[in-house]
Amino acid sequence: MRWIWIDGFLEFESGKRARSVKNLSSAEDHYAQHFPDYPVMPAALILEGLAQTGGILAGEANQFREKVVLGKINKASFSREFTVGETLHYEVELVHIRPEGATASGKVLVNGICEGEAEIFFAHLDQARSRQAFGEGNFVFTGEMRHLLDQAKRAGAPKPSQS
Amino acid sequence: MASHEEVLSKVSSTLVEALNIDEDEINPESTLTGDLGAESIDFLDIVFRLEREFGIKIPREELFPEAAQTSDVELLKDGKYTPKGLAELKKGMPFADFSEFEKNPEASQLTNLFTVNMIARFVQDKLAKAGKA
Repeated sequence: MRWIWIDGFLEFESGKRARSVKNLSSAEDHYAQHFPDYPVMPAALILEGLAQTGGILAGEANQFREKVVLGKINKASFSREFTVGETLHYEVELVHIRPEGATASGKVLVNGICEGEAEIFFAHLDQARSRQAFGEGNFVFTGEMRHLLDQAKRAGAPKPSQS
Repeated sequence: MASHEEVLSKVSSTLVEALNIDEDEINPESTLTGDLGAESIDFLDIVFRLEREFGIKIPREELFPEAAQTSDVELLKDGKYTPKGLAELKKGMPFADFSEFEKNPEASQLTNLFTVNMIARFVQDKLAKAGKA
């Protein structure tokens, strides 16, 4: 199952911040159920998109030597619902990174207006859970995510025209 | 110079933020897991926040000593710390109050050593060594 909840990166500043984009398309299956005749992007999937943006930022900062997993979301708030046809921008900044994990702050913007915020905590599994064994299949840093990262690196310098 | 009360107050605020609890739920003797509901992932988050709040570095093994995670039967046998294991623990956790724990040193009760006061004493020592308290 595809589990990538961002469409691509617009900006990527290694170890500092990243901005990704998610277009809410009616082609996505979940709108049929969430909700019938009233398609709303599930808040949990928005948080997943923010976490993937921040997770790849944290992973890349250590050249993916660590397995980055979403540890917890301490706070999250949204000012409204988001529906099909809208374009969400996820802006995530790394607040703190060290061998055992990282914290990040994320924002959801629509047309430049902040409509949601979240505080995200990531754990580096190899450091924090070194005595446990996990398979690669548990992680989102698959080939598909690496492809997005390549896009992110190409995005590299900020592009004002895309903001 | 930060007094113990000042450090305790900032540690309490940090825990309130990290664990999303109300200020009136916390007191100096609260245990992080039993009373405040902290899970293992929260400990890492708390360490990060303390580092930011106090401008200190907290290596993982300083707060969670190797003896606390041991599988050495000389230190931990049948789920209980041996006298040698208890001595190692005390050496690794000089800021913890062992008076209750040592009566029945079961590994499952180890997390009860992590109280708000214990964290504050640990932080104050770090600050003193860094010349900040």
